[in-house]
Amino acid sequence: MTAAGDGGATRMPTAPLDLSMIRYFKPVVFLACLIPLALLGWKAYSGALGANPIEVITHATGDWTLRFLLITLAITPIRKLTGRLWLIRFRRMFGLFAFFYGVLHFLTYIWLDKFFNVHEMLHDVAKRKFITVGFTGFVLLIPLALTSTTGWIRRLGGKRWQALHRLIYFSAIAGVIHYWWLVKADIHLPLEYGAILAVLLGYRIAVWAGSKLDANKTKSLRGPRVEVPEG
Amino acid sequence: MLIKQSSDIPSSEITPKRLYLNRRKFLAGAALAGAAAAVGLRSGELASPSMAVQANAKIDGIKKSSFSTNEAITPYKDVTNYNNYYEFSTDKYEPAGLAKDFKTRPWTVTIDGAVEKKQVLDVDTIIKMAAPEERIYRHRCVEGWSIVVPWAGFSLSELINKAKPTGKAKFVEFTTIEDPKQMPGQRGRVLDWPYVEGLRMDEAMHPLALLCFGMYGQALPNQDGAPLRIVVPWKYGFKSAKAIVRIRFTDSQPRNTWNQMAPNEYGFYSNVNPNVDHPRWSQAKERRLGEFLKRPTLMFNGYDQVASLYSGMDLKKNF
Repeated sequence: MTAAGDGGATRMPTAPLDLSMIRYFKPVVFLACLIPLALLGWKAYSGALGANPIEVITHATGDWTLRFLLITLAITPIRKLTGRLWLIRFRRMFGLFAFFYGVLHFLTYIWLDKFFNVHEMLHDVAKRKFITVGFTGFVLLIPLALTSTTGWIRRLGGKRWQALHRLIYFSAIAGVIHYWWLVKADIHLPLEYGAILAVLLGYRIAVWAGSKLDANKTKSLRGPRVEVPEG
Repeated sequence: MLIKQSSDIPSSEITPKRLYLNRRKFLAGAALAGAAAAVGLRSGELASPSMAVQANAKIDGIKKSSFSTNEAITPYKDVTNYNNYYEFSTDKYEPAGLAKDFKTRPWTVTIDGAVEKKQVLDVDTIIKMAAPEERIYRHRCVEGWSIVVPWAGFSLSELINKAKPTGKAKFVEFTTIEDPKQMPGQRGRVLDWPYVEGLRMDEAMHPLALLCFGMYGQALPNQDGAPLRIVVPWKYGFKSAKAIVRIRFTDSQPRNTWNQMAPNEYGFYSNVNPNVDHPRWSQAKERRLGEFLKRPTLMFNGYDQVASLYSGMDLKKNF
């Protein structure tokens, strides 16, 4: 068999092998995505969460929300650059895990931090910039999770579905800002997340600008030829 | 092609640095003990000055204090493994390990500024200036968590009285050691090192303000500010400077590091105040380490006896 995916972007990997591999691979990836949660659970059970367990849980679930958002956003660039087109089959799972950890993060906040005090929560969302932006990032993920099924892709139509799911860009940006605004002085971790996100979004901008440029070039190449006889 | 270099010493044979240093300490100790035996000293006499230095060294003759709270004391393991000590790391779980080999002796404290006589005092001289007391204080971090710690020390006023500040002294400034070789956090510019804090003179003279060199009946662990720190229980934790090398009396309000870092978030006074929120989070409640539900934060962290220091002041403005 030819080595799948080490060709250029134009080369299609051999489909039959990959499809069968994906079938076995998916449950493995699914379980791997649950490892952060399992680790938290195990640490909580064994009393290894340290002096401030709720803070650890809040930070871990927040971290993993951001990480899964970035992993989800990395799928397209990696697929295109390496030709591993089958990666697309994992994108929905990663996106849903971002939402899953986001839900846990949000639950930690409303339960362990605010103890379901709605008044306090509303006050927070309205008054604290970092909560407002974090909450926004989370809310933006809800329609994406709801419309993640194949049925919804069909119902919305590919174009509209894709447009809707571009909300993930704003959710990820909100997530990084949320982190940035909550640290006291040491911004190196939010900066790292921000840098990765900038690369992932930058890739998309470059691709988009490149396609625009190409379109313009073909126009401008035609342009002068028309102008010469006039001059 | 990958070339694997063969090492003369397998990595399993290389002694970790910490063990290596400990072995050196052990050897030095053994050498001292040998020398002591030769000169006929009792080992206790020889060991006393340097042993008092070690964390876990018991502080003798600690008196109880009426300033102590009878609230449940936070476990030692939490207070010594959850530290905001940016000189070592911004990660609260790291200073315990990173401060392990921090040298707290020899240690001197410079006392200068508006004083009758500028002087450089050995920390062990300062520690003996007054009888040690146990002060069980609530300690409230600006981040919204709190602990109850049995500190050991005596009122800061004892030292200030001996330092004989002049009439010009209106404020006291405390400077933390700057030593990036020992303090990895200082190799970056997270804060403007060295860490500086300050108190108004009347605040510093208040009997609750503690000059502290121990906790849980023992010498201060390095990650908790050894060998000498202050504890100002009615203010947010960052006002209580650690590892102090300089105490300076001034006629104008000294800068304080966090205020310099974010003036709109951290004031000079930084009194614990449930009614004045941090711009980014509420200060109305706090999480006492070890408790599940949050508890309400008390004005002046429950130390109402300091209220008179601020009578007539707008504490929303002077946050």
